[in-house]
Amino acid sequence: MIQVQARTDSSTLMQFASPIIAIALTLIFGSILFIILDKDPIQALHVLLIMPLSDAYNVGEMLVKMGPLLLCAVGLSLCYRANLWNIGAEGQLLAGALGGSAVGLLFVDSDSSLALPITLLAGIVSGMFWAALPTFLKIKFNSNLILTTIMFNYIALYLLVWAVHGPLRDPDGFGFPESAMFSDATLLPTLIESGRAHWGVVIAILAGIAAWVILSKTHLGFQIRVFGSDAPAAKYAGFSANKITWFVMLFAGALAGLAGVAEVIGPIGQLVPVVSPGYGYAAIIVAYLGRLHPIGAIAASIFLAVLYMGGDLAQIEMSIPTAVVGMFQGILLFFLLACDFFIRYRIILNKDANV
Amino acid sequence: MDIDLITQILFATIKTGTPLLLIALGEVICEKSGVLNLGQEGMMLMGAVVGFMSAFATGNLGLAVFAAMAMGALMSLIFGFLVLHLGANQVATGLALTIFGTGLSAFIGSGVIGETLQGFQPIIIPVLSDIPVIGKILFTHDLLVYISFVVAAALAFIANKTRLGLTLRAVGENPHAANAIGIKVLSIRYFAIMFGGAMAGLAGAYMSLSYTPMWVENMTSGRGWIALALVVFASWRIGNIMLGAYLFGLASIMHLVLQGMGWSISPNLLAMLPYVATVVVMVIISADQFKEKLLAPRSLGKPFDPRQMA
Repeated sequence: MIQVQARTDSSTLMQFASPIIAIALTLIFGSILFIILDKDPIQALHVLLIMPLSDAYNVGEMLVKMGPLLLCAVGLSLCYRANLWNIGAEGQLLAGALGGSAVGLLFVDSDSSLALPITLLAGIVSGMFWAALPTFLKIKFNSNLILTTIMFNYIALYLLVWAVHGPLRDPDGFGFPESAMFSDATLLPTLIESGRAHWGVVIAILAGIAAWVILSKTHLGFQIRVFGSDAPAAKYAGFSANKITWFVMLFAGALAGLAGVAEVIGPIGQLVPVVSPGYGYAAIIVAYLGRLHPIGAIAASIFLAVLYMGGDLAQIEMSIPTAVVGMFQGILLFFLLACDFFIRYRIILNKDANV
Repeated sequence: MDIDLITQILFATIKTGTPLLLIALGEVICEKSGVLNLGQEGMMLMGAVVGFMSAFATGNLGLAVFAAMAMGALMSLIFGFLVLHLGANQVATGLALTIFGTGLSAFIGSGVIGETLQGFQPIIIPVLSDIPVIGKILFTHDLLVYISFVVAAALAFIANKTRLGLTLRAVGENPHAANAIGIKVLSIRYFAIMFGGAMAGLAGAYMSLSYTPMWVENMTSGRGWIALALVVFASWRIGNIMLGAYLFGLASIMHLVLQGMGWSISPNLLAMLPYVATVVVMVIISADQFKEKLLAPRSLGKPFDPRQMA
């Protein structure tokens, strides 16, 4: 008979195998779904997963999506390691886009070499500010971080929509809700001549490595890990909960803000009402799939970026609604959480029922 | 402001507060059993899309509401299995449910965007609706609003006056003690989670069949999250939830009030009000740490595994 038994130590093997099994199960589940929808599952999976990597243009577009996903996920990984449920990456990203645009638009007629760094800095600071608000409320008033960060996501969205319809709208734009185009001096340089892939993704990978160094090689990183796994022990050791909270939240806000400003001065080139297709939320899945490890997040962000790109292609090639991506993301996270059961438990088969 | 305008504002307050009331009533029962389900928004969206599509296909509003509630309950079962049987983290699983529901609802609803149908119509209750002012505010709504009144009253009674209510509280406060006296903790929690799912589905159906009879992606715009704040605001008490839902309803129609007073502010800025109000409320209620700890179900968010006795 089948029995479930708690493991004495959590399984390292399952820790790494779980994401792979979860991805496999998601693909099987997806195939069944496509059969039900009367779409060829082989072709659908080919379009979703292989085509995004099939030529230089598609790979470039995939990298465009990977940058913001990874930047947000690296920050979230640190927050979740510290057991702080920051769901606010989306709002911090939008704040970065808004703040960055407000400053970047000052350079519309300029070719100053300071335009780009100042605009980037404005985006980073805006993201940090947007993360600082719920952090302050948590530390000062003990308010629930999950709910406040979600609320700030909505507030950031409406602020951005208001700005793009109002003060930041292009005066020569025939009333369309769009800002003026940024000057060439403000735009992020592209990685290769053709395509839209820009330096954002390189910065994101460097940020991932930096976060890994902080987390595993520094005393601060040690404090974060202890605080996350056993808050009373951290308190006993004299670690400052407030300091750790401020650090991980501002770090996450800075990276998300950078992701936001890099979107508007990178692939988009102006401020528009829809800056992100939910990168900040998808980054939660990236963080989990990457095992809350900054290096794991790099691999996971490639998978989620491929899925985003595949969703766009699936709409063009097979007229499957792009919303299929969000559904796959949810299913993936479900399977991942289910597979994680086997990190803590094992199934044993007893031939002898008397044992 | 004249009395007609005030009547209109309060009437609209009830209408806007109803989806929050419905979903928060489901969530409070779930939380009383010790389970925190952050998947409200996803279940509500699924309820909205399934309700609308069923009504669109069959023309039968009753059937559509039933389908929406069944869908909400089905979604909550996935959550229940993961957190109750596999001991998955409740916060992460709830988030997964919201992400899944948001994606799935947009996916299956993509065919009915732009379609319209005849939603629930107001039922003027005779005699009661003739009471000056209050009659117009309370008794000229549609069926789902009346249902929300009845459910709120019934739940207040069940939670405070019956053995079932006591059992629910025991499971949420101390599952180990409840288990020791023979209460099936996981069964009660499954029941509470499914009730929460069905109510979220009903709230979604209200959105797509009554409030604005159509389907738009993400049409619940964060109401599932606001409801979670509402439960904390209400200190897990059902009477307070009713009050809170209408206060939040009022915050979302402030533009009507301000227009009535002759102000003109960008609708995009006014759209922030319910979210800002939620943050302000969260800050006020949680500043008193002692009170919140005292009032929250003690095992809220903590897994209970009957295989491992504490």
